[in-house]
Amino acid sequence: MGGPVERPVPDDAAPEQGAADVARATVGTGSADSPFGVERHGMFGVAGSGDTSGFGGLVREPWTPTAAERPYGSYFDDVVDALHEAYPQAGAAIRKVVVDRGELTLHIEREHLLGVAAAMRDDANLRFELCSSVSGVDYLGSAQRLHSVVHLTSMTYRRRVRLEVSVSVEDPHVPSLTGLYPTADWQERETFDMFGIVYDGHPALTRILMPDDWDGHPQRKDYPLGGIPVQYKGATIPPPDERRAYK
Amino acid sequence: MSTTDDYAPSRETTEGRVYNLAGGDWDEIFGGTDPIHDERLVLNMGPQHPSTHGVLRLVVELEGETVTDLRTVIGYLHTGIEKNVEFRTWTQGVTFLTRADYLAPLFNETAYCLGVEKLLGVEVPARAQLIRLMMMEINRVSSHWVALATGGMEMGALTAMTNGLRARERCLDMFELITGLRMNHAYVRPGGVAQDLPDEAVPALRKWVTDIRGEIKGLRGLLAGQPIWINRLKDVGWLGVEGCIALGVTGPMLRAAGLPWDIRKTEPYLGYETFDFDVPVQHGGDCWSRFLVRIDEMEQSVRIVEQALDRLEPGPVWVDDPKIAWPAKLAIGPDGMGNSLEHVQKIMSGSMESLIHHFKLVTEGFRVPPGQVYTSVESPRGELSAHVVSDGGTRPYRVHLREPSFVNLQSAAALSVGGMVSDVIASVGSIDPVMGGVDR
Repeated sequence: MGGPVERPVPDDAAPEQGAADVARATVGTGSADSPFGVERHGMFGVAGSGDTSGFGGLVREPWTPTAAERPYGSYFDDVVDALHEAYPQAGAAIRKVVVDRGELTLHIEREHLLGVAAAMRDDANLRFELCSSVSGVDYLGSAQRLHSVVHLTSMTYRRRVRLEVSVSVEDPHVPSLTGLYPTADWQERETFDMFGIVYDGHPALTRILMPDDWDGHPQRKDYPLGGIPVQYKGATIPPPDERRAYK
Repeated sequence: MSTTDDYAPSRETTEGRVYNLAGGDWDEIFGGTDPIHDERLVLNMGPQHPSTHGVLRLVVELEGETVTDLRTVIGYLHTGIEKNVEFRTWTQGVTFLTRADYLAPLFNETAYCLGVEKLLGVEVPARAQLIRLMMMEINRVSSHWVALATGGMEMGALTAMTNGLRARERCLDMFELITGLRMNHAYVRPGGVAQDLPDEAVPALRKWVTDIRGEIKGLRGLLAGQPIWINRLKDVGWLGVEGCIALGVTGPMLRAAGLPWDIRKTEPYLGYETFDFDVPVQHGGDCWSRFLVRIDEMEQSVRIVEQALDRLEPGPVWVDDPKIAWPAKLAIGPDGMGNSLEHVQKIMSGSMESLIHHFKLVTEGFRVPPGQVYTSVESPRGELSAHVVSDGGTRPYRVHLREPSFVNLQSAAALSVGGMVSDVIASVGSIDPVMGGVDR
């Protein structure tokens, strides 16, 4: 060992470092219905020769959550109706409503996030007082791959709703919720640290879990993982995303 | 003696005057300033400090003994659990997440497994639900014991520490008996629990109920009327309901401020709605109220365990779906938990199909339909939620733990600023942060 530890470099524009299946990624169009994720091949960990079973030819379609249709069921109609009433531009703000597994997701245009969140918090029919969680998801392969996911809880009505804003790596700006929900402070810092989503208006958007001088955003899907050098005949263990494995 | 130092002179900066304490300029230091009202001191506590709950670093700005600013520096225990999970199967993910909040491992496991099961659209059998619930309540007791023990130690109440850790040991004994491990159990798994209760578990748990009630009574007798203990905690580290909600603080801190918000009651899971228990509430919003809430909660948890023991009925502990349920019946051998001998015999010399099935499920795992869910449980520190995203593969696409330690720790400055430096210890102790959960 010895010597300085090699740090991975930021790789905003270097997709070739990602997993083998990333190379085959079909990049989404960036429209409202852009798929989450990529088309996947080689699910059984076999690429090229060696696959005699035929299963290696299976292709997994990228996943696109389908927009829900009225009635949404449960309390979801009430929430969406109340939001339209409290925030007149809600029609333009809500890109898509998804109801899946008993949970309501509103995909929000980022220009309207603060307006929607303020209405969610303050309106008497909504009352989402608690911002439970702010986190990120990286859907590598789609145009607006970075998603900032906010979970709001209404303690009054015992309801939950998920607000999702998607942005691209080139323009990763999302308005900060710290003015409305001070609890978003650290959680936005963590999401910035891990995904590189820049929260505009945050009082001190610095790294929180990684060291201050760290390069890159580790939870992005194309973050280089590095292998483990093994001192045996020059062999190395490849990074986890390049090893042969079921996917 | 010269009042200037060629190497490290005193100088004015935008942050105020920086003094050179290398020696020689004491006259100048005290000559022009009022020592009573200009004692700004920046003090670093941690990350290696016995009272900072692991590797928490506090940068405290003092004016005399009064705290004027407090900054929390975290990340020293960041181990990349959330990233690691993305390269393991759904079942293996449990072994990572259990290590996040290491004082409440069963809560991490359960929050995640409830998420995976919601994505799969399966529900585990009643007995598995009951075992999960019971194990979590024992875990809540053991976690609160550590909170009270370490909190007591930091205040100088060393008997509270020895008694608390002794009581926690009784809980860990139960874990060892049932899961085979004292920490990091990986006991709750997607689709059920790793193995059924051993025969001796129920009598041992009944004895535990009696023992732990005695321990709680002992702690009440030791601390609840202790004048020094009361003086150190009462009216210290106040945070009201509005402050708690704005800062996202949940759990005992929120209930000590007066809001009876407990996910076990408000969004029941695993059948909590059928159990008879109270949500202890205090109205002081200070460290003393948090202490009382934690003791009361332990008593309620013991009540729940007692009821769960009465309801235990024989039955399966895995979902009735061979595509998900772990193929082997696990058993505790002399070297820890592993595949049971009968199962090894069956797959190695009895049934080739069983061997293939076992191999596929263990190496490849099961596929989870794409989607995202957010499942919450009430951990000893508040709302613990798992945001689980699947892209349809055999591995989690993204798992995020909404850790109550992480969120609650944001309130450290609100609790401490304006108080005395000695109260910082009491305040941070009353948050009960676990750095494994904060940094993940």
